[in-house]
Amino acid sequence: MEKRVVFRSRWLPYALVAPQLAITTAFFFWPASQALFQSLLLQDPFGTSVQFVGLENFAHLFRDEGYLASFRITVVFSVLVAGIGLSFSLLLAVMADHIVRGALVFRTLLIWPYAVAPAIAGVLWIFLFSPAIGILPYWLAKIGIHWNHLLDSRQAMTLVVIAAVWKQVSYNFLFFLAGLQSIPRSLIEAAAIDGAGPMRRFWTIVFPLLSPTTFFLLVVNIVYAFFDTFGIIDSATQGGPGQSTTVLVYKVFQDGFKGLDLGSSAAQSVILMAIVIGLTVVQFRYIERKVQY
Amino acid sequence: MVEKRPALSAAAYAILALGVAIVALPVYVTFVASTQTLDQILEVPMSLVPGTELLANYTAALTSGSERAASAPVGRMMVVSLVVALTVSFGKIVISLLSAFAIVYFRFPLRMFFFWMIFVTLMLPVEVRILPTYEVIADLHLLNTYAGLTVPLIASATATFLFRQFFMTIPDELAEAARIDGASPMRFFWDVVVPLSRTNMAALFVILFIYGWNQYLWPLLITTEESMYTVVIGIRRMIAGGDAATEWNIVMATAMLAMLPPALVVLLMQRWFVKGLVETEK
Amino acid sequence: MAEVVLRHVSKSFGKTQVIYDMDLVVADGEFVVIVGPSGCGKSTVLRMIAGLEPVTGGVIEIGGRVVNDVEPKDRNIAMVFQNYALYPHMSVRENMAYGLRIRGMPKAEIAEHVARAAKILELEGLLDRKPRELSGGQRQRVAMGRAIVRDPAAFLFDEPLSNLDAKLRVQMRLEIQKLSRELGTTSLYVTHDQVEAMTLAHRMVVMNAGRVEQIGAPLDVYLRPASAFVAAFIGVPPMNLLAGRVGEGAFTLGNGLVVRLPAGAPRPPFGAEAILGVRPEHLAPVGEAEAALTLTVETIERLGADTLAHGTFDGNPMVVRLPAEATLQPGTRLALGLVPDEIHWFDPQTQKRLDLPGG
Repeated sequence: MEKRVVFRSRWLPYALVAPQLAITTAFFFWPASQALFQSLLLQDPFGTSVQFVGLENFAHLFRDEGYLASFRITVVFSVLVAGIGLSFSLLLAVMADHIVRGALVFRTLLIWPYAVAPAIAGVLWIFLFSPAIGILPYWLAKIGIHWNHLLDSRQAMTLVVIAAVWKQVSYNFLFFLAGLQSIPRSLIEAAAIDGAGPMRRFWTIVFPLLSPTTFFLLVVNIVYAFFDTFGIIDSATQGGPGQSTTVLVYKVFQDGFKGLDLGSSAAQSVILMAIVIGLTVVQFRYIERKVQY
Repeated sequence: MVEKRPALSAAAYAILALGVAIVALPVYVTFVASTQTLDQILEVPMSLVPGTELLANYTAALTSGSERAASAPVGRMMVVSLVVALTVSFGKIVISLLSAFAIVYFRFPLRMFFFWMIFVTLMLPVEVRILPTYEVIADLHLLNTYAGLTVPLIASATATFLFRQFFMTIPDELAEAARIDGASPMRFFWDVVVPLSRTNMAALFVILFIYGWNQYLWPLLITTEESMYTVVIGIRRMIAGGDAATEWNIVMATAMLAMLPPALVVLLMQRWFVKGLVETEK
Repeated sequence: MAEVVLRHVSKSFGKTQVIYDMDLVVADGEFVVIVGPSGCGKSTVLRMIAGLEPVTGGVIEIGGRVVNDVEPKDRNIAMVFQNYALYPHMSVRENMAYGLRIRGMPKAEIAEHVARAAKILELEGLLDRKPRELSGGQRQRVAMGRAIVRDPAAFLFDEPLSNLDAKLRVQMRLEIQKLSRELGTTSLYVTHDQVEAMTLAHRMVVMNAGRVEQIGAPLDVYLRPASAFVAAFIGVPPMNLLAGRVGEGAFTLGNGLVVRLPAGAPRPPFGAEAILGVRPEHLAPVGEAEAALTLTVETIERLGADTLAHGTFDGNPMVVRLPAEATLQPGTRLALGLVPDEIHWFDPQTQKRLDLPGG
């Protein structure tokens, strides 16, 4: 879709796009190309010697047990965040779609966590889960669970998953509710006349019709878990205990800023870029398909 | 509901209420803690009834911050956060309006190339180019400045797309009528395009304000001076000392303060917020 | 006010040519309607005159000045769009004043112009409304108001009535006629609706596939269509067209059925291929003996003022216009006579009108 040609000017359009292009060039393309370039170099932490090493940094990463572990952690983390987050939000959205009165009130009560910064979300949850003073470990102890996410890596993972899911509930809920409300009432009424009960209607009519929304949210949640949870991890666990919550994004930061391993950090950036590109392509494929139908 | 089943409806309300309670729990506890003294918070279990220290804690936080963590006053941090959030959201809106206008209403060499350049930035989030971007800012001597905090965040593929989509729906005849009326391109932009984009700008503003306010990694990297901490960074530094050293009453008051502006924006501009969320994801 | 002249104007979009060598002179104060089916290029002609499309070949003059490279705003024209193109966020007053404001006219003078236009169009009570608060007809009037305030050399109308419902369209048609009479401004009006063309035009231009088929006063075009296309396009229902070969006192159609030609009717030479055209109102029921052809009625449309009988003759659909009270039903065989002076002939190759002396 294109406009008919409307305005003509030799210089004006360039002036109009210039600010955006200047910023993208200086802060996106130049650094990204630097990352690509540095990923092929080996540099000592003091910058005194630089050596071209080809793909050695990448080869090194894939031999590095720590990096592979971080990969696995990221996958587990994303699956848990997406799975739990989507199920919980879908449940709430279905209920909100069911009720006759007050759906908007519940929407208002559920959307505000979107406004909370990931890092703040992390702080809220470590306060609740603080082994020394938190209210939740106190309750958990009563049912025989000893909570200390500073020592127990599974509990640390649970903590960051809960915080990440909590923050994303609003978003998922809004999209699910919109998706549910766009399903024509008449379809559900027809199924009811055909004799299908509420559960059956949900699984045979509503859920399949909702699948585009679900798929879209799945991709968005994975992107979110991969890239937008840095603040949660940094404020809640700093990747620990040990490396047990060090997701890929956190590892780039650690190796680059704390470890000053520039080549490795750059190579990790390049791998992450590849992942984002992959996910973006999936997302756009999906959107194209949505447009067709 | 199709059929009347009071039991089902009651269950639905119950589940929703429970969901709301779970979602609200951390914020409620935070709020309660922000109204108690540090000693009251450190009692196990802490009371879940609001205490009497609300005014004291918030005043202390705003005017002097966490003294044990030697932090700056939260009032200062809130100002920094506000400046950053507003600059980023307005900057993104202005820059994207301009580029979308150029791309939709002009034909010029390299137009599609520029369009793709902006598009590709979607695939380069800060998180994946941390170090080299930091180096650019350091080389430009923009560490610990507002410019460093905001300018790199101002490019926006999403906003550009949203405006482009919207401009496509403005009838061609409107631009032609303006041409016959004698309006120059920029005059048309100001008199017609900008006023018509108001709803879209409001929707984007909500999303972008939250985005700007909640920035974490970027300010973490480029601010080392207390006076340039945003509130989100500041709070992180307040708890860095570990449980014993943390003044939880102040931290929790700060957390409430940090959540307040974006939450208000979302709740007061709920209609635009929902529109913004749905449309930026197209 | 001014003359609008097109000389050898042509237009291509890339490799596709959409306008071929068009000549047209719109006299000062004249109301010319360009009519044709959609895609015939009529809107493109208007847009070239407005300056919204560049001209590929030829020359356009407005008021004696070549405007090929002149910006739309400097051509001193005003345009009324099909979808009105009112600025949705501006009031009626601001919409009308916008062009004057840009030209830097003093405020008092703008107010005067707007008031005058509003008075002419009876928009006085609506000046502070937004377009969305107006009905279709009112929006249409505002669009015209925006054109009038500028006091331009020429008005360009691009299908201005096609977004209105049938009743409003009739009403607005009358208003435009009255308005153009009062203002006397040179006007070019594009439409696909031949009734609008017939009723509004001083002269009309019939276009087809990028070419001008005929230019003339509406009645002349109706009475003497220059081509088979014009014959079929102008007139409701359209002229009946039958292709065949001229015989002795008769015209033989493709499948062998015959039309008997009345004595004294002009006709092409014996043996020539031709197209015979006759309007539905020029076929009248007669006795079997004098009948030129006999049509079996298939469908009947009673319009109140008259009755249309549809049938097929030798595989060609035909329509006959009969008096309102005509008694007939599907299956009725109608013996129809031709009036010698009302027969049209067209060349089957060129589709052009054949002007033949009476026999």
